[in-house]
Amino acid sequence: MDHKVVVELRDITVEFDGERILDNMSLAIRDKEFVTLLGASGCGKTTTLRLIAGFLKPNSGRVFFNGKDVTDVPPYQRPVNTIFQRYALFPHCNVYDNIAFGLRVSKVPEPEIKERVTEMLKLVNLSGFEKRSVSKLSGGQQQRVAIARAVINKPKVLLLDEPLAALDAKLRKDMQNELKNIQRQLGITFVFVTHDQEEALSMSDTVVVMNQGKIQQIGTPIDIYNEPENAFVADFIGESNIIDGVMRKDKLVNFDNHDFVCLDSGFGINEPVDVVIRPEDVDIVPLDQGMISGTITSVTFKGVHFEIIISVNDFKWMIQTTDYHAEGETVGLYIEPDAIHIMRKSEYSNMFGDYSTFSEEMETMSDVDAIEEEE
Amino acid sequence: MTKRSARQALINAPYMLWAGIFIVVPLFIVMYYAFTDSTGAFSFANILALADYAEVFRVSIIFSVIATIITLLIGYPFAYCLTKLPVRAQRMQMMLVMLPMWMNLLIRTYSWMNILEKNGLINTVLSGLGLPTANMIGTPGAVILGMVYNYLPYMILPIYTTMAKIDPSLSEAAEDLGCNAWQKMRRLIVPMSIPGVVSGITMVFVPSISTFYISQKLGGGKILLIGDIIERQIQVSYNYNLGASLSFVLMVLILISMAIMNRFSNGEGEMVV
Repeated sequence: MDHKVVVELRDITVEFDGERILDNMSLAIRDKEFVTLLGASGCGKTTTLRLIAGFLKPNSGRVFFNGKDVTDVPPYQRPVNTIFQRYALFPHCNVYDNIAFGLRVSKVPEPEIKERVTEMLKLVNLSGFEKRSVSKLSGGQQQRVAIARAVINKPKVLLLDEPLAALDAKLRKDMQNELKNIQRQLGITFVFVTHDQEEALSMSDTVVVMNQGKIQQIGTPIDIYNEPENAFVADFIGESNIIDGVMRKDKLVNFDNHDFVCLDSGFGINEPVDVVIRPEDVDIVPLDQGMISGTITSVTFKGVHFEIIISVNDFKWMIQTTDYHAEGETVGLYIEPDAIHIMRKSEYSNMFGDYSTFSEEMETMSDVDAIEEEE
Repeated sequence: MTKRSARQALINAPYMLWAGIFIVVPLFIVMYYAFTDSTGAFSFANILALADYAEVFRVSIIFSVIATIITLLIGYPFAYCLTKLPVRAQRMQMMLVMLPMWMNLLIRTYSWMNILEKNGLINTVLSGLGLPTANMIGTPGAVILGMVYNYLPYMILPIYTTMAKIDPSLSEAAEDLGCNAWQKMRRLIVPMSIPGVVSGITMVFVPSISTFYISQKLGGGKILLIGDIIERQIQVSYNYNLGASLSFVLMVLILISMAIMNRFSNGEGEMVV
């Protein structure tokens, strides 16, 4: 996308009570782009949004709009609008007055307000709800009012703070499509905050993966999924088997005592690396046809596929396949060269273990030494 | 009657009984006295006699309206500033607001008498500085001061409560939609705190218009309010009938003003009185 940059954050650091929320972060957001800030709670994604909205000033660093420094500009003078996590609709106003709020503040004549509110209500499928009290609306309807109230002001950038978190799964899917359509129709920049990786991948032009106040990777959803930059991104987005490996030479990697042909190059000879293999990219084959072999330790039916855990040299691989295999079976694994993704070692290497457990909490619980240390 | 509503009626019974004995029955007694003469015969004489007290009613209304306006002018900004403080400071400030109410109204009013009277605190200081002294007891100002001082917490408390309940994200939403501090006040804070203001006005206006102690002590016998007349009819003249009719009219006045106030709050928000 070759649109020009609308919002730029430069070397931003934010601290609360001595705790670093954003650590020297820089980010450029382009015009008409759908950008998603993705990360677990506490990663700094909401803080980033509040910086752009102007509710928060950075301890150091600057915020720019169209190249102009707006770090000290208060929220009401910024060309952005926000959709709040719990909508923040005004309870003393009905649907019409909520949506008209911004236009009234900027003294738009009433006939024009009426026209634009009517148009907005149509856009969000709420025609006829003008006089309803907002407290009598369902969650999805409140969400639509919040969208209309923000979008009617024709902001350059729309900020969305986990707007779908409170909706149930099916409604969330509908709203995802609807938001995407609204964004295309209006041609404005969306900055969307979520912790839901599926939501991020399906809606965005660009995904910004964040952790501990730092950007881990910026890229298209496909890049983020297929070419994670480090073990954190690989683990956070989807499921992945992350294995220690060594680059023999360009396009040849060794792990589990086997040399695999891969497509990556540009690493040093014998450089230790992290190897990522997605669970759906591994084929289970008869023992004699496999590149490596292991024993099936668990099989879980997931509807579309089976989730099979295979122990290879005590490392637990996760494999997703539509074919059934029995627990206890010893099988071979076959991996195509394009299924292998090589990453440089990072601070996150070895932090994400295998699939003996699925959560970190479970891992610490089963680790007797760790529990004793804590006590 | 369903089981559920039967149980509710049972739970409500003690309160209903209490309200019946101590609210409804006395009201009927007041009505009875108001519309009878000293022999117990039905009569409009007391109601007609009220014409003589029109001036007292007028003064009472003016005084209590002024006192209510002043408490609102002090209480509203005070409550607003309070919500801007850190939570701990808010609690401390609220404690200080409530603290005088732990003391009896009579003692508080008596203290003001000591401060304002001819040889009181203010005049002692003034003459000590060689300045002319002022006679403050018996002026309308002193009586209104007494009302404002005594009833200010009743104004601050409900306004503060409604303001504190306003979700901070609403305030951010207003800023986000283009409101500067002044517009935010006008379009968000004021409309949302109306229920608190209505409660506050009611809670200050009602005791102000019916007070007699404040006007007695700080009015120096020169200023008579409706409450003083009622007290005198009952305590001094033993004219229960006239006293009752005065009370009855005062009650009607209060009910009318409360009905008017309630229209402003649109029925939303809880009335404290």
